[in-house]
Amino acid sequence: MHADLAAIIAPGFFSSSSVQLALVVGALVAIVAGTVGVFTVIRGQSFAGEALGDIGASGGSSAYLVGIAPLWGFVGISVAAAAVMELIGIQRARGRDLATGIVLGAGFGLAALFLYLGSTSSSTTGATVTILFGSIFQLDTSTLPLVAVFGAIALATILVIYRPLLLVSVSPELGAARRLPVRLIGSLYLLAMALAVALSAVTIGAILSTALLVGPAATALQLTRRPGRAILCAALVGIGVMWIGILLAYDSYSWPHHGWPVSFFVVTLVLIAYIASRVIPAPARKRRG
Amino acid sequence: MFSGFMVNAWIVATVVAVVGGAVGFFVVLRGSAFVAHAIPNGSFAGAAAASLIGINTLIGLGVFALGSALGIGLLGRRGRHDVATALTLVFALGLGALFLSFTVEYAPEIYSLLFGEVLGISDNQLGPTIALAAVCLAALALLYRPLLLSSALPDSAHAHGISPYTAELAFLVLVALATTMTVPVVGTALIFSLMIGPPAAARAFTTRPLTAIALSIVIAVGVAWAAVALSYQTNWPVGFYVGVISAGSYAAGRIWTYARSRRPAARGVTQAVSQTA
Amino acid sequence: MTSPGATVTADPVAAHDAGEALRVEGITLHLGGRTVLDDVSFQVGAGEFTGLIGPNGAGKTTLFRVILGLQQPTSGSVRVGGGGRSGRDVGYVPQKFLLDPDMPLRGRDLIALGLDGHRLGIPLPSRTRRARVQEMVEAVDAQAFADERVGRLSGGEQQRILIAHALISRPQLLLLDEPLANLDLRSAQEVVGLLARIAAEQRIAVLISAHEMNPLLPVMDRVVYLAAGHAASGTAEEVVRSDVLSRLYGHHVDVLRVHGRVLVVAGTGHDEHAPLDDPGDASAPVEIV
Repeated sequence: MHADLAAIIAPGFFSSSSVQLALVVGALVAIVAGTVGVFTVIRGQSFAGEALGDIGASGGSSAYLVGIAPLWGFVGISVAAAAVMELIGIQRARGRDLATGIVLGAGFGLAALFLYLGSTSSSTTGATVTILFGSIFQLDTSTLPLVAVFGAIALATILVIYRPLLLVSVSPELGAARRLPVRLIGSLYLLAMALAVALSAVTIGAILSTALLVGPAATALQLTRRPGRAILCAALVGIGVMWIGILLAYDSYSWPHHGWPVSFFVVTLVLIAYIASRVIPAPARKRRG
Repeated sequence: MFSGFMVNAWIVATVVAVVGGAVGFFVVLRGSAFVAHAIPNGSFAGAAAASLIGINTLIGLGVFALGSALGIGLLGRRGRHDVATALTLVFALGLGALFLSFTVEYAPEIYSLLFGEVLGISDNQLGPTIALAAVCLAALALLYRPLLLSSALPDSAHAHGISPYTAELAFLVLVALATTMTVPVVGTALIFSLMIGPPAAARAFTTRPLTAIALSIVIAVGVAWAAVALSYQTNWPVGFYVGVISAGSYAAGRIWTYARSRRPAARGVTQAVSQTA
Repeated sequence: MTSPGATVTADPVAAHDAGEALRVEGITLHLGGRTVLDDVSFQVGAGEFTGLIGPNGAGKTTLFRVILGLQQPTSGSVRVGGGGRSGRDVGYVPQKFLLDPDMPLRGRDLIALGLDGHRLGIPLPSRTRRARVQEMVEAVDAQAFADERVGRLSGGEQQRILIAHALISRPQLLLLDEPLANLDLRSAQEVVGLLARIAAEQRIAVLISAHEMNPLLPVMDRVVYLAAGHAASGTAEEVVRSDVLSRLYGHHVDVLRVHGRVLVVAGTGHDEHAPLDDPGDASAPVEIV
């Protein structure tokens, strides 16, 4: 038994400080992303989330250029992009995908520019990989309190608007009929999503951040229709996926091509979980009419 | 900038823009911006795999673009289209990152695949690229009417024998085909900008479908040429210029539409009542 | 994706002289454990104007789908025209359509697609096609807006374009799914008048589904009343009667005629034979169809 465990968990896993940090940060981010993500899936705003992630790359890369921690860049640009998208009217169904795509293209183009400038100004070429695909094992300990604070803000926002958000997400007309400030709620939600995406980008990279936002939530919503339970389930799935991903990445140091990226494992596990939830009918799974 | 190794870049950029502008007409018509974004990023993994195994990039791009298209089509068949698209997309990207991590030149390789490389076109890529483009345009011409009808009036098209699922699948494969040969020079990350900016702009300037396609191609070629020229001059990535200039063309189209809607109604009999959702 | 390659017949008179435009025999459809259609039979003669009347959810759209060949019935047969069935013998105006206001498609282009939208290849400019389209534009009185962006037109204008789109292939039968549902009374009367005129002038059989039959009463030659999956057909006087409808619905239903208009009033029918002025019926929910 002990030998089997050692085979699954490579030695030094729990004692490594970078692993410990990764596990904690990963869990926090998974909770935030899962909570916000449930609403992303209900509102059908996966593309907007994807766009925020890609645009966030320009934030991370510009932060790198300037020499500050990418997290600030991710957060700053994501929030700004969310505001721009809100102004363009991203919430209105008609033409929203098109507008989202255009903003994504411009934002990601900027990311390309900043990464290029960064690679010519300093000698580090690792920016591309770090910003786009994440590097959770190279996090600085100062990241932890930042993640906690931004995560708390995102969760608090969702908590405050929880019930109106639920109603408006399921039926905007009903929400408007009840005189709820639909646009304001949507904007606050976009803010929370921007933060969730930014945090997710820190762990698995800007262009993969959607996986953590949408995957566990979509999986959870296949298993239950009740939002409260879905949030819990999404958080648990997210934590599970993160931790197993971290573990596998750590183990992979002894595999051929040593050191497979954490983000690869996380993204693959997320997809597997989603497909499994679609294919295997769970006992609590409610059928839609 | 018009000599030697740049000639290839100009040729491919033109080809890329023509195909992107033409296929983009349907991307915008069907409102499938997310799909147009997802399939090229999916093909990124294919290019990475190809460079890993050492085969022609086009094959890797093609296989993975097609795979992404089919994956999105199958997974997203009944609603929840956006989740399926998102997860397929990031999985393919993650796979690409994995493949590239196996190679020695990790970072520069990723960079040029994602954001394009003006100098990256070798002579032996020209032939297949042009051939593929011809096939793609021929397919587009062939499918033009049924796809147009199905995109505008799916129920009527169905009554004529064109099922919406078949149309969607044909459209996805068309995008995959277009993606496969358009990725060099512009990069996977931003090729879709060429497929949505210029067509969105074009349709603001004309009410006829064929004219809109032609205009879309013209604008796309303009964007691509400008991007290549500017990239050559400043050494900044082509993808950056494509993304930004495409956004500019989209904005121009929107401004034009807005300006026109402020003019008094041109029709004598009935007022223009717009069908906003 | 293509239809059989035969071109539209050059002799419309011969095609329309066939006595029957549509023969539906014994159509039964079981779907998901429910009997949606139960032994539905009726005929529509050439040039006849027929209303398919029934409450919402009675199966009218499903019956249309069966007639169009989009849905296979459990048993029974459908014959359009002289024999055989091809997509172009039936023109179809669907109930729901969403036309993007930014779409670069004029009404004229949409109508042209009704002629050859299923053919492969790019259409070459053709004088005959242009003339045919213009003929249709005039037939539905759409000259004023045929060159506008079709997505910018009002609901009624779009509907007329769609009628032209359905008619241009010179079908023997024109199906319209709830064309009057979202129109005001005046527009409804205009559309009905237009359709009646077309039916008479071009000897095209028209089958309109509606849940409110009054706008159609002046022009209907026949009624097919569909309720609870059962159908009865004949003239309005023959079919729209308390005994006939009660049999269809399976519970007591009253038909009232007020100022030339018809009202069908249904109770929950715990007492099927209660007379109309029975005070006990006042508590039962009234469903006006």
